[in-house]
Amino acid sequence: MANIPILGLEAIIEPSEPAQGGGMEKSMEQKNTFNFREIQEREERLAPGHRMCAGCGGTIAVRNVLKALHPGDKAVIGNATGCLEVSSFMYPYTAYEDSYIHNVFENAGATLSGVETAYKALKKKGKIKEDYKFITFGGDGGTYDIGLQSLSGAMERGHDMVYVCYDNGAYMNTGVQRSSATPMYADTTTTPTGKVSDGKPQTRKDLAAIIAAHNIPYVAQTTFIGNMKDLYVKAEKAIYTPGAAFLNIMAPCPRGWKYDAPDIIEICKLAVETCYWPLFEIVDGKWILSYKPKNKLPLEDFLRKQGRFKHLFKPGNEHLLEAFQNEVDKRWEELLFRCGE
Amino acid sequence: MAIKERMSGNEAVAHAIKQINPDVMPAFPITPSTEIPQFVSTMIANGEIDTEFIPVESEHSSMSAAIGASAAGARTLTATSSCGLALMWEVLYVAASNRLPIMMEVVNRALSGPININAEHSDSMGARDSGWIQIYAENNQEVYDNTLQAYRIAEHRSVKLPVMICQDGFITSHAVENITLLEDEPVKKFVGSYEPEHYLLKEDEAMAVGPYAISGYCMEAKRAQAQAMINAKEVILQVAKEFEELSGRSYGFFEEYCLEDAEYAIVAIGSVCGTIKETIDKLRAKGCRVGLLKVRVFRPFPGEEMAAALKNCKAIAIMDRCEGYNATGGPLGAELTAALYRTKATAETVNIIYGLSGRDVKVSDVEEVYEKLERLAQGDNCFGEYPYIGLRSNN
Repeated sequence: MANIPILGLEAIIEPSEPAQGGGMEKSMEQKNTFNFREIQEREERLAPGHRMCAGCGGTIAVRNVLKALHPGDKAVIGNATGCLEVSSFMYPYTAYEDSYIHNVFENAGATLSGVETAYKALKKKGKIKEDYKFITFGGDGGTYDIGLQSLSGAMERGHDMVYVCYDNGAYMNTGVQRSSATPMYADTTTTPTGKVSDGKPQTRKDLAAIIAAHNIPYVAQTTFIGNMKDLYVKAEKAIYTPGAAFLNIMAPCPRGWKYDAPDIIEICKLAVETCYWPLFEIVDGKWILSYKPKNKLPLEDFLRKQGRFKHLFKPGNEHLLEAFQNEVDKRWEELLFRCGE
Repeated sequence: MAIKERMSGNEAVAHAIKQINPDVMPAFPITPSTEIPQFVSTMIANGEIDTEFIPVESEHSSMSAAIGASAAGARTLTATSSCGLALMWEVLYVAASNRLPIMMEVVNRALSGPININAEHSDSMGARDSGWIQIYAENNQEVYDNTLQAYRIAEHRSVKLPVMICQDGFITSHAVENITLLEDEPVKKFVGSYEPEHYLLKEDEAMAVGPYAISGYCMEAKRAQAQAMINAKEVILQVAKEFEELSGRSYGFFEEYCLEDAEYAIVAIGSVCGTIKETIDKLRAKGCRVGLLKVRVFRPFPGEEMAAALKNCKAIAIMDRCEGYNATGGPLGAELTAALYRTKATAETVNIIYGLSGRDVKVSDVEEVYEKLERLAQGDNCFGEYPYIGLRSNN
């Protein structure tokens, strides 16, 4: 099996039998640049002491993306307004070891494109000597919805930056309102379940595909799996690929999804094994599947642990589960087709 | 050596930008400011300046990128008009509160609706409380000169605020006038290089911009920002003095035209002041004691200084090229009336709305204002309720 050191969270991953490109661990093993211990021993760029909730997926995403910056490399971190911003940069404290800029909710893309352009201008004039990387974080509200135009502009112009969406599937900062990333039937405070409501009526927006249509060199979708190798490898590629790159990271929110916080890694694993949240990358327009489960699990396994879907398990709602399963199946087939699988 | 030229207001701005050679310009086209990013793009394409242009997808992103670039340590500018400025509204406050010395060329145009592309001050007046310094021009020469002074004011250590350089859409932005330009080298020396104290890309320190701040800290930040606007008054005058030494052209918070012994005065902003001066010359020849106070700096608001300059007037017409939609009049009317009250002025005042959506103002219109001011001073409220100039009908 994988000769990756097994530490902590990834121990819950059951090694899969090789199928097609191999099991989850196996397929990741093919990239040989990953040294878990060395990476985890890198200096933290998101300092402890911030005010994010215990078990917050957003924080896990940020920490691990920033770990993919090579030690010694400088970066400017951007951030859309959201839980992350208001909890990690509360005056007079900042959790960021690197230079950091928050502007407003919907303009993280444009703001970092301004920073990156200033870098080009000042470098050209000889005013700065060092190299910088540019990484910005936004939740799904700031990315899929209110910030989509700003993101699209930044990607289309090809700024040398990475936009990272930590997708927790609702506006969590304001108290779990639906976004276009919210899965169908989820119970949110603006799509509450009720006598005549089954939760969110619409399906999720496919943002990775939308950003891929900008013809940028690197787009990837990932989440927290095993020892974070998939996330690390994709973040490193995104950061060190010249030009615009986009990472979509499923980052569960224990408050909004209503699960027991320590279950986060299992939930992520189930999201992948049910093909609700497939892992893939799009490199120079080529779609590549990162992992194909040998035994695709029923969607119910992913939904059951989350309070936001509990109404789906009430007698008489079987048709909702079926419709949701059909939607996931349809998208999975489309993805397989795009990836030439 | 002064250089005699003929230029439109937008060309004059572009020439000033060329001489300043700023680092970054994000911009989005909107009439009548579109020419400014076009001229800058052409200068970049021809290798005449090494500014980096960001062709953003909206004005909101234009100001957002300007904030990012300025925070990163770049001398930054943008240009806009009307709805473009309105779309920036949210982030104008962020630029000011982050104390970023961004310059914005505002080519004033009516806000919608009805959609209209002509001169009006509703756009920049709508942003008057966003924390930006605002400097207005009567003509092409002034918008050139104001642009050259902008960074010196904005980047000053005791100010560090963004600045809008305003001119009237089409009337000055597109009309070609004689202009006297300065040579490149003296301009470069006057403007100087931008050496910010803290910025995102500073080699030996990391910096964080745009915090969440609880009530225990916010109010102090806002008071410090208010102080910067107060400090800007002295800096604006100091920079104007240095500019006069360079150019021979004198600037202050406002221009007084035949005001010293005037009994009847008009207070106005922008290109209409040319028409008012023409009228004054005509009336003065007949012995009428009429004058003009032309506002150059609206933010910071030099209310006390204006009231002092108007202290001998019997009646004052405050003219706004902007509706207030507050059932009392326009913004200049409201603020100057308050300033006059604080100095216990006894002059009669009237607030007149004029020139909305590019409506022309003629010498005869201004003559009528002065005639009515004389009657107003004698107790005849001849302006009536809610006066407009040049309106076809009140209904």
